[in-house]
Amino acid sequence: MTQLLEVRRLRKIYEGHGRIVEAIGDLSFACAPGELVCIVGPSGAGKTTLLKCVAGLIAPTAGEVVLGGARVAGPPPGMAVVFQEYGRSLFPWLTVWRNVALPLEHHGVPRGELRRLVDDALAEVGLADVHTAYPWQLSGGMQQRVAIARAIAYQPKILLMDEPFAAVDAQTRADLEDLTLRVWRRHGITLLFVTHDIDEAVYMGQRVLILSASPTRVIEDLAIDLAAERDQLATRSSPRFAELRSRVYEHIQRAKRAGAGEVRP
Amino acid sequence: MTRALRSLARALGLPAVLFAVWWLVSAGSKSFYLPPLRAILDAFGPTWSSRWASDVLPSIGRLLIGYAGAVIAGVALGVPLGGRPRLRAALEPALELFRAIPPPALVPVFMLLFGIGTPMKLLVIVSGAVWPVLLNTIEGVRAVDEVLSDTCQSYGITGLTRLRVLVLRGASPQIVTGMRQALSIAIILMVISEMFASSSGLGYAIVDFQRAFSIPQMWSGILLLGALGVVLSLGFGVFEARALRWYHGQRSAHREDG
Repeated sequence: MTQLLEVRRLRKIYEGHGRIVEAIGDLSFACAPGELVCIVGPSGAGKTTLLKCVAGLIAPTAGEVVLGGARVAGPPPGMAVVFQEYGRSLFPWLTVWRNVALPLEHHGVPRGELRRLVDDALAEVGLADVHTAYPWQLSGGMQQRVAIARAIAYQPKILLMDEPFAAVDAQTRADLEDLTLRVWRRHGITLLFVTHDIDEAVYMGQRVLILSASPTRVIEDLAIDLAAERDQLATRSSPRFAELRSRVYEHIQRAKRAGAGEVRP
Repeated sequence: MTRALRSLARALGLPAVLFAVWWLVSAGSKSFYLPPLRAILDAFGPTWSSRWASDVLPSIGRLLIGYAGAVIAGVALGVPLGGRPRLRAALEPALELFRAIPPPALVPVFMLLFGIGTPMKLLVIVSGAVWPVLLNTIEGVRAVDEVLSDTCQSYGITGLTRLRVLVLRGASPQIVTGMRQALSIAIILMVISEMFASSSGLGYAIVDFQRAFSIPQMWSGILLLGALGVVLSLGFGVFEARALRWYHGQRSAHREDG
């Protein structure tokens, strides 16, 4: 199968203030079109760095990211990113509707189509009735829904999510996970989902990439052979879920110990 | 409605008391230089109705044009300086030097170079009022949220849209703070530029009355300047409330969250 996204021997070293930090050691993986891949790793594993390299927001020190056959040198078209800090990724001076519409306006989408895309995207995330509200008038979970609606309306081929639900309460989080799965299935987009939550990774993913501590590489590429249709109660209480989750957990514990044992100047 | 009335009463209360005290204390004044407030107010109408077109309007016109020039120049210079750390590091010492020069000290220089006409007066206003706008714009642009900037970049929002929707709006709380400071500086410099060498304007009129020993008229000019400052400040308040509605709303929302 041809891959949509390929990360080849990616390496990222930060230099500054007399210190050299090797955030990503040597990292390779690929995503097929329409796949949902979760990335987990111990905290400080350079997950955000990896995502920013894939998004073209920072340049890798070595290696390359290839999306749809083209090397990523800056933010590529057809890609949307949902950040963890929903409160800082929406424009507080624009209404919810205008926040979702802005990327489309900038890229010159015709008025009628733009209106349809924005209305549909907001309806899909359950926010059809707050078009004229400002983001700061909404709860955290609703703000993240706006960010997801903005990504949907943009019609990306690939969607990157960087610990998107780390800052919302557990109930909202479960709702947002299911919303994300529905959106992924309905639009057939490729989804790269970064999280530090093992349960979330196993629940959401078709595959889970387990990262080592920094300098990061992929320890294991685990296929999640759960039923395609996930359910918060049934899936999470199935024996297979427990098996997969403890397998990921063991890997991460081992990665943490290895990371802690390493003393770096 | 009662709340609006109460806040109006609070705003006008102290000034009303001060005027009443001034009125009572000065009522029997025989001093030539400190005439009764009543005499000053009597002089107010006749004095300024005849000088409205020749002095008051030109002053206000120069003030507004000079102020607008300072705001435009401050923002236009502040945006690139705020966004480029290297450029900022290179220019900051020079900016600090120029900023340290009191603008009235430049009036004689500008007079030599540009004469005593309107261009000189506008330059004096711009040269003083530009600083708070410039420095606050630099700070505001530096403080534009990184996540929001990444968001713009990832959606390919660049160029003028980025400037308009991200940079200027993101920096607007600081820019507005700078504009507020610049407004009071602009009024001061408007008066000073007219006092040096001039044939029209509020500052000129006040000096003219003083030289002609028209003391109540002189005082009435000072009152008129005070009133002008109050009106401009109120107008600015309305502008600020509209431009920064999101900012104040967001801040009160955060406060409620604790």
